[in-house]
Amino acid sequence: MSQGRFVRLAERDRPAIHISIDGTRVRAMEGDTLMVAMLAAGGTLRQSEFTEGNRAGFCLMGACQDCWVWTESGHRLRACSTVAEDGMSVTTSQPGASWPNHG
Amino acid sequence: MAEPRVIIVGAGPAGVRAAETVAAAGLTPIVIDEGRRAGGQIYRRQPDNFRRPYGDLYGTEAERAKAVHDGFDALGDSIDYRAETLVWNIADGHVWTASGKAQEALPYDALILCTGATDRLMPMAGWDLPGTYSLGGSQVALKAQAVSIGSQVVFLGTGPLLYLVASQYIKAGARVAAVLDTSSFTARITALPDLLALPSVLWNGIALTRAIKAAGVPLLTGVTPVAIQGDAKTGVTGVTVRLGNGEERHFAADAVAMGYHLRPETQLADLARCIFAFDDLTRQYLPVRDGDGRADAPIPLYLAGDGAKVLGARSAEASGRLAALAALRDLGLPVDKGAMIMLRREVGRYGRFARGLAKAFPWPHSHAAALADDTILCRCECVTVGDVRRTMDVTGAAETNRAKAFSRIGMGRCQGRYCGHAAAEVIAAHGDFPVADAGRLRGQAPVKPLPIAIGEPE
Repeated sequence: MSQGRFVRLAERDRPAIHISIDGTRVRAMEGDTLMVAMLAAGGTLRQSEFTEGNRAGFCLMGACQDCWVWTESGHRLRACSTVAEDGMSVTTSQPGASWPNHG
Repeated sequence: MAEPRVIIVGAGPAGVRAAETVAAAGLTPIVIDEGRRAGGQIYRRQPDNFRRPYGDLYGTEAERAKAVHDGFDALGDSIDYRAETLVWNIADGHVWTASGKAQEALPYDALILCTGATDRLMPMAGWDLPGTYSLGGSQVALKAQAVSIGSQVVFLGTGPLLYLVASQYIKAGARVAAVLDTSSFTARITALPDLLALPSVLWNGIALTRAIKAAGVPLLTGVTPVAIQGDAKTGVTGVTVRLGNGEERHFAADAVAMGYHLRPETQLADLARCIFAFDDLTRQYLPVRDGDGRADAPIPLYLAGDGAKVLGARSAEASGRLAALAALRDLGLPVDKGAMIMLRREVGRYGRFARGLAKAFPWPHSHAAALADDTILCRCECVTVGDVRRTMDVTGAAETNRAKAFSRIGMGRCQGRYCGHAAAEVIAAHGDFPVADAGRLRGQAPVKPLPIAIGEPE
């Protein structure tokens, strides 16, 4: 697994939960937002629709909408304001959508 | 007669104090909050299972944060609190809300907006890379989730929050690579007379600077941002700035927190048809209101806290109380006029201090004018500075809403929150006219994206 982007500085003794990111099981902690759960385990949240690049969120307060990820059924989640729950399963690209930048 | 309905939008320091004031008058206000729990961004609470004490979370403001939280918690059923609810429009005499898939349209007799602020951003090369965060966002990461945004963080921008968050990161054990301020040290000296309006706050600020230096973290003032380097897939690897003497300095980093003060979230005031006026000192349009917070609008609208004008959390508490008293008075209810006089005085003092901060940490508008054509101006859709300049050349669009229509600047996911001010500066500089003439991006409903599956209002 790739190195996590976010670094946990405190509150490290919370019970573990597990979520699935693009089918990979990842360990997180009870009380994590989905964004923190994903970025403590990996480097990015999603692909940009407009460039070849990835995105990892920006404002963390529900204003920029940069941190959208999707459930497997295609339901959109704002990762910074969604609480991660044990057993949650998300994808980092929009199911069924293809953007011209990605060919 | 039915009880007048007061709706308060936002539950930060302004919203909480407004709610208390309305409840104390015997009314039951509806308090609508996007947050999960009251506190707003500045006094944002950590999840229930976190254990850090108030002092760790809020530093010198710990007592104020606790007082706001306790004040809110004590309200209980005397208010109608709606958490995790977005107000997405104000129209046709109703406040339009969405929560999950449920929608409601609420009529009101008085509407108090305490919508708070978000970071004011100056684009730069590489600010779209993963690992670049707003300064406020970097603080939320630490405060609400006990994480650092990276293992080596550069703080870049200007304003008191830059020093506050950097020092909070250092204290929490994060590695801070550098604190890079675009403002010069001499600007701070010029601003001293106004900053002395609140000597204790000024002293707190000086102490933060000392703490950063004492930790051995490079602290540079008067810098010009050059670029954030990195890989589009994997993210930030470093930051380069130019010093006053022309020398370039590079700092290795895997995260950047950027911010240039804050900007009020005025979209709802705009949708409520409040008049806006240009503020020369901070170079932005702000909603017009009187000293008590009464908006210049065709509905009974009141504005308080940083959502009206960024004056800080302490001022927000006072202006929240004051706006609520003004609303109650206009509804014909008895209010304590002596309290209103005291609150006006208090808000005035915070206003003077905020003027000092604006002078000490000015918005570096010349940086926007000097941005290279290939710099991304809109982070959401990767519209470049050159796209906007070419749009002006080809279409003659010499105003931000026209430029938006032709270039999509300000039309992305964030709806211009993070590019709007810089776009106005780019447009004004390219057209060689004052930035006030470039106008401001008009607020559009919904002010934030709604789920497609949302239902009809009940």
